[in-house]
Amino acid sequence: MSKEIRKNPLEVKLPRRSFMKGLALGLAGTAFPLKNADAFDWEPFLQKHFREMSDEEIKGVITRLEKEASLEWKKNISISAAKALPGVKFGYGLDLSRCIGCRRCVYACVEENNQSRTPQVQWITVLRFKKGEKWTDLENSDKDYNPKQVPEKGFFYMPVQCQQCENPPCVKACPTKATWKEPDGIVVVDYNWCIGCRYCMAACPYGARRFNWSKPNIPEKELNPETHYLGNRPRYKGVVEKCTFCIQRTRAGKYPACVEVCPVGARKFGNLLDPKSEIRYIIENKRVFRLKEDINTEPKFYYFFAT
Amino acid sequence: MRRSEFLCAMAIAVIILILSLPNGAKAKEDVRDEPKNDIPKLFAPRARPTENFPCSKCHSYRAMDRSKRKLVEYHTGIELKHAEEQRWCYDCHDGDKLRLQNGQLVPFDKSYYLCGQCHGTIFRDWKAGVHGKRTGAWNGEKLYRLCVSCHDPHQPKFKPLEPKQPPMKSEDIK
Repeated sequence: MSKEIRKNPLEVKLPRRSFMKGLALGLAGTAFPLKNADAFDWEPFLQKHFREMSDEEIKGVITRLEKEASLEWKKNISISAAKALPGVKFGYGLDLSRCIGCRRCVYACVEENNQSRTPQVQWITVLRFKKGEKWTDLENSDKDYNPKQVPEKGFFYMPVQCQQCENPPCVKACPTKATWKEPDGIVVVDYNWCIGCRYCMAACPYGARRFNWSKPNIPEKELNPETHYLGNRPRYKGVVEKCTFCIQRTRAGKYPACVEVCPVGARKFGNLLDPKSEIRYIIENKRVFRLKEDINTEPKFYYFFAT
Repeated sequence: MRRSEFLCAMAIAVIILILSLPNGAKAKEDVRDEPKNDIPKLFAPRARPTENFPCSKCHSYRAMDRSKRKLVEYHTGIELKHAEEQRWCYDCHDGDKLRLQNGQLVPFDKSYYLCGQCHGTIFRDWKAGVHGKRTGAWNGEKLYRLCVSCHDPHQPKFKPLEPKQPPMKSEDIK
């Protein structure tokens, strides 16, 4: 009965020895690729996790990435790998009593951080709420408001971006450890490590992460060439990105781009560990709240009312 | 002899007492002249209105008219919308300087003292770096702005702005 089933219909006989020979030949063929195979760069595949690399290795990777990016974007792009400053934990304050919803911050961020123009990627979303209504229901807010002039009577505005949680759910969700919290409190993404599964986007309670459905589309002359490895360097297709408190600026001592552009001075930034900083004054003297405080993410983004 | 010594000592004691009292009072008065350390030192550069400054260019040749009226000859561009019921030009202006409520004069680049008379809590927040905009370095030199760099002192309320375009919707994508 068993002989019936195992019958060879083509009557081909393949001895074990010739099968092994063929297998060895085939494998050898893949090991010695064709002439132009020299051009293929194995380095991106062999790159280690960013936090496991030595300074020397990081330097090597950065040199390669700068070369790659400059070729791709036809512009000299410098990528910094500046480390977190000691004794610094960044905190952000946003004065809801002042914000007028003009969206200047949204577009300053896009320009500074090389977000894709079309398809559009924006790290800041400005939400509009009607005064006097239950407004903690973020899903029912309006982000598409488009009046002739702002502020409008009877409305107030709340910009939302990455809240840089002390206890970030996105980091827990990442299966490849491509996103993590830096010592200065900034949650960063390694675009060379991200596999684009978007679990972090599902995990984020603030909807702060964005996905590159295509290669970012940035006009050549608008590309900001001053970049950081963990921040605004040009992204690849299929990776997740988010606000980094302008890591390339803040680690160099500057204010984030959104702080500098705000026409009403509603945005504040500083070191939470420095008792004399602006952000500490706000926390100690103003009415402060954090978004969705009840879910225990411990955001370092403080909304406040200065009046 | 003994009595005169005693009188002498008494007199010296009284003189010292008298001298020490007004000294303390005088130090208190100086607070406004000597800016305390909490006043910011760095300011973002600001365009100075040169057309009408210094005021004495014209006002030393004109009689002072304190009456509230519609200005038709000069300063026609100024429309006062800042507690206009309670005040008029000379409540804040005096010569080429600004006049505080106590009659003291301050230069234009220290106008925050004038504003701070009424807006004390805002003045406090501004000094702490919370009211208003700052640029520069978060851990180093911060550039402050005078109240009047952002607010028109005669109409301090901000003018409405045109918002930038809303985010693209899925139906906008072609």
